[in-house]
Amino acid sequence: MSAAKNDMLLQIRGLRIEASNGAVLTDGIDLDLRRGEVLGLIGESGAGKSTLGLAPLVYARAGCSITGGEILLAGQDLRKLDTNGRRSLRGVRVAYVAQSAAAAFNPSMTLMAQVCEGPIRHGLMNRREAEAKAIELFAALDLPEPKTFGQRYPHEASGGQLQRAMAAMAMSCQPDLLVLDEPTTALDVTTQIEVLAKLRELIHEHNTAALYVTHDLSVVAQIADRIMVLRHGKMVETGTTNDILMTPREAYTTALVAERKAAMSGHGVAEAARGETVLTVDDVTIKYGPVTAVKNISFTVSRGETVAVVGESGSGKSTLAYAAIGQIEAAGGAFRFGQAALPPSFKKRSLEQRQRIQLIYQLPDIALNPRQKISDILGRPVAFFEKLSGAAVKARVAELLTLVGLPLDYTERFPGQLSGGQKQRICIARALAARPELVICDEVTSALDPLVAEDILKLLKQLQDELGVSYLFITHDLGTVKRIAHRVVVMLKGQMVAEGATSDIFETPPDDYTRKLLLSVPEMRTDWLDEALTRRDIWRAGPAALPA
Amino acid sequence: MKIAGRKVPFTAYIGGVIVVLALIMILFAPWIAPYPQTKIVGGVWDTPNPHDWLGTDSIGRDMLSRLIYGGRTSVSIALIATCLTMIIGVGLGFVAASTSKLVDNIISRVVDILLAMPILIFGLMVFAVLGTSIPIMIITISVLESTRVFRLARAVAMNITVMDYVQVARLRGEGIGWVIFREILPNALPPLVAEFGLRFCFTFLFIASLSFLGLGIQPPAADWGSMVHDNAQAIAFGGYAPLFPAGAIAIVTIGVNLVVDWLLSIHALPAGAGAEI
Amino acid sequence: MGILRFIAARAALGVLTLFAVSILLYLGTQLLPGDVASALLGQSATPDALAVLRAKLGLNEPAYLRYLHWLWGVLHGNLGNSLTTGTPIAGELMPRLINTLFLAGYAAIIAVPLAVGLGILSAIREGSLMDRLASILSLAAISFPEFFVSYILIVVFASQLGWLPSLATVYDGMGFWDRVDATTLPAITLTLVVVAHMLRMTRTSTLAVMSAPYVETAFLKGLSRSRVVLSHALPNALAPIINVVAINLAYLVVGVVVVEVVFVYPGVGQLMVDAVTKRDLPTVQACGLVFAIVFIGLNTIADICSALANPRLRSRKRQ
Repeated sequence: MSAAKNDMLLQIRGLRIEASNGAVLTDGIDLDLRRGEVLGLIGESGAGKSTLGLAPLVYARAGCSITGGEILLAGQDLRKLDTNGRRSLRGVRVAYVAQSAAAAFNPSMTLMAQVCEGPIRHGLMNRREAEAKAIELFAALDLPEPKTFGQRYPHEASGGQLQRAMAAMAMSCQPDLLVLDEPTTALDVTTQIEVLAKLRELIHEHNTAALYVTHDLSVVAQIADRIMVLRHGKMVETGTTNDILMTPREAYTTALVAERKAAMSGHGVAEAARGETVLTVDDVTIKYGPVTAVKNISFTVSRGETVAVVGESGSGKSTLAYAAIGQIEAAGGAFRFGQAALPPSFKKRSLEQRQRIQLIYQLPDIALNPRQKISDILGRPVAFFEKLSGAAVKARVAELLTLVGLPLDYTERFPGQLSGGQKQRICIARALAARPELVICDEVTSALDPLVAEDILKLLKQLQDELGVSYLFITHDLGTVKRIAHRVVVMLKGQMVAEGATSDIFETPPDDYTRKLLLSVPEMRTDWLDEALTRRDIWRAGPAALPA
Repeated sequence: MKIAGRKVPFTAYIGGVIVVLALIMILFAPWIAPYPQTKIVGGVWDTPNPHDWLGTDSIGRDMLSRLIYGGRTSVSIALIATCLTMIIGVGLGFVAASTSKLVDNIISRVVDILLAMPILIFGLMVFAVLGTSIPIMIITISVLESTRVFRLARAVAMNITVMDYVQVARLRGEGIGWVIFREILPNALPPLVAEFGLRFCFTFLFIASLSFLGLGIQPPAADWGSMVHDNAQAIAFGGYAPLFPAGAIAIVTIGVNLVVDWLLSIHALPAGAGAEI
Repeated sequence: MGILRFIAARAALGVLTLFAVSILLYLGTQLLPGDVASALLGQSATPDALAVLRAKLGLNEPAYLRYLHWLWGVLHGNLGNSLTTGTPIAGELMPRLINTLFLAGYAAIIAVPLAVGLGILSAIREGSLMDRLASILSLAAISFPEFFVSYILIVVFASQLGWLPSLATVYDGMGFWDRVDATTLPAITLTLVVVAHMLRMTRTSTLAVMSAPYVETAFLKGLSRSRVVLSHALPNALAPIINVVAINLAYLVVGVVVVEVVFVYPGVGQLMVDAVTKRDLPTVQACGLVFAIVFIGLNTIADICSALANPRLRSRKRQ
């Protein structure tokens, strides 16, 4: 028994954290963590997972405070520590890796100075030892030129490198506990897999315990021994990773798991035959000054069809969407709507053309004017495009609200009174108000929580069946593509690398990049990461070595 | 009392009371003032006494009555100049932010040149050429100060025009009028209201300084700045006469500043909980 | 863009702005209604007398030529002659410029360290008694017109206590410490007004940096408060603080005008106000130009200094 007791690193009992306005961020949370164990904290935004993650550092963000419960680290109640005690705890015994390393590094200090600062200031090492340790960590984390990497300033390193450097900084004092707050969320999938692999290696090698905060079940499946599901500041359930993924007990967990499984298993939407062409993208090239953002792209979108454009950040996928709507002017090639050529700028397009092509944005928060009522937001396009007024507008607004599944009395609300998912529904309704033939969706689900996003995707699909609209769907998420797209266009650095029916592309990727992309999407099995790394190593060794 | 979900601080109350009192004084000067503003009621620089609560000025007029009438002039001229400043500055700022790059560049470069010099120096140049009169002063101050408002209005409008909802309106084909008045203005109001207060303080002090230098509002109208100017000599004789109008200027400015500070603090604070991302 | 190129570009922009302002200063006084000749002779002027004077002053040349002549003169230290006294303006202006710079410098030496120090302190101890006191006092000081502060100081320190003179009389050959003694009251007035502005702006800039994510990171590394402030917050707050200081030094130049008049101090500001009352346009122009040079110069130096404080610009070479 005593061995087990010594083994226990972190025990949290009845933790309560409140905001100064009275809101309860975490309520009565209990948590146990053994040495060397990784616990995944899963939840949607506002679940209190980041707040809980910071608790072992005895830290609450501005405007919040820990108001109840115990935080025991190796049996010692951290809440009883004085300022000096907390100082010698933070960074030394418990270290933190932030979500956005780009913002979490001081822009005016070199990375080496920041990594070494902890051990030196806490009197654990002298500068030489600390630098040697840092170089060792840089090498272990696969950072380029580990000996000189530390001389860079934060703005001289990429996002993935900074995230790893942040991990090096956290490990510099050999902490007992590492708190990782969404460390891979801001990264592209192909970068995420590398950072994830290195983080896991580092944690295992040093036998460090970790709290891994994330909203992504398939990411946490790769790294966590156990998972705790949180919602609205309360614990929903906790168990081993396999138990949570395979046999979830609570309805909320079940829904989360089912959503991920649906995203993983789909193979696109099959299409009997392509209808008449709505949008033709013909050899389009787009430039920002001297930089070519999109180069020689050609594909078509047919009536009632969803074409997904996938790619990582910098692939030019959103640029293409904005050029299609006319917000950015294409430098070469042409867009055709039906038979007619579309002028590059929306200003030169006809009212009919502006009406029939609509765009839905990524962030509903900034896509709706916060000072206009829903009745105005939806009523204006109705009045503008259809030249209606008075009762006819009202009737149409009511029809639109019904179409997107919102109650009719929402007309009197302002956007600030709606949830994220409801706002996105209003954006969809606003696009539909113009009776469009083509709706361009720019990452419409990526700012939403998974379950809400799933509902939005279902709604879009249902609207397509009812109204026969076509979608040009811009996304970085292959799971979304699998669920909604008939066809897919894969983009890399402004160029189109693959195009075809979704099922064809996903089953037999025609090129190296698409294959790598597909391999990098985490699956919801605990052994996926090992498998993916092996497969990738084989594949790197040469395409010939790839098993059939 | 709570406004916008926050307790109104004590200092904002003080500021509010000062502003209200000043407004009452402006509106009802003839009914409040014990004497007409030009009537000579005593000796030169009488000390405060039961008849003349604040004493008399350099030619024996009642200081309190002159203060009350003078406030009318000082505050209303500053108010007119501030309104004009805001109209010019906000108008140009919004146009620069929501039309073409060329228009923006032209306006911005002209403003840069005007911003390259202190307002007082430019103002003095204009007065040297055109002489001093109230209309010239108001127009000069408004044009010069509107460059400061332009900067803010343009920045605020720029932050709003990058919002997708403005883009939606543009893509729909809405005209510039709709974009400015229906999409941008309602969202830009809070910072602009605070700016109005700040500009008022600045203009008020600036006009007072000009009058004090003998270049602003000319006699016989009483105004606080020239009252300081006219009574400045009293200091040499150990009197306090100029301190009354100078203090009045200070009190009104503090009042407005306290209210502005509170307005700014409302918008500076984070929305509250749910800070977790 | 390398740092040297940035400095060169910024300096060139400064010169260009000065050039633009000088055109405005010159042509503004020439093209507005009522030229120098009619201003000089007043309303009783006969057309003949006006024509003679115009020819004498070179007013019959086209405006751009007159500007070039004026600029050529200015570049050679010839600012023209005063309309009221007829003597060269440069001779009158130079000693006064030294007086003005002496007063502004005196105020700046007290004001800058005081304001920046207190501003940073208030930001670090946000919400403390000291912060709130500084906030209220600086708000009051901002609201006080310069002449109000001046008169209060005169009443207290000159009339009541008799410690310092109420008029800042200086003359040639005056000893340094006598000069300091004479200018202490005006310098304190300027200091009070400028400190308030500078303190508030420094506090805001520092607070913005203190709420940055990397400051949170530094605290979560277990660093002490002083270490976080000194090596994480301040280096990043430096650029905005330099700008704050420059803006306020420029403000000091303006504040000087009123304070010089109150204390009857023989500086450029007083000369300019006198010239405006007498409508002595060449003198007004010359004073305006001097203020422009100081003002634009300060802003240019500030921009260059804050660029030097920015590691992104400093280390561009490696990218």
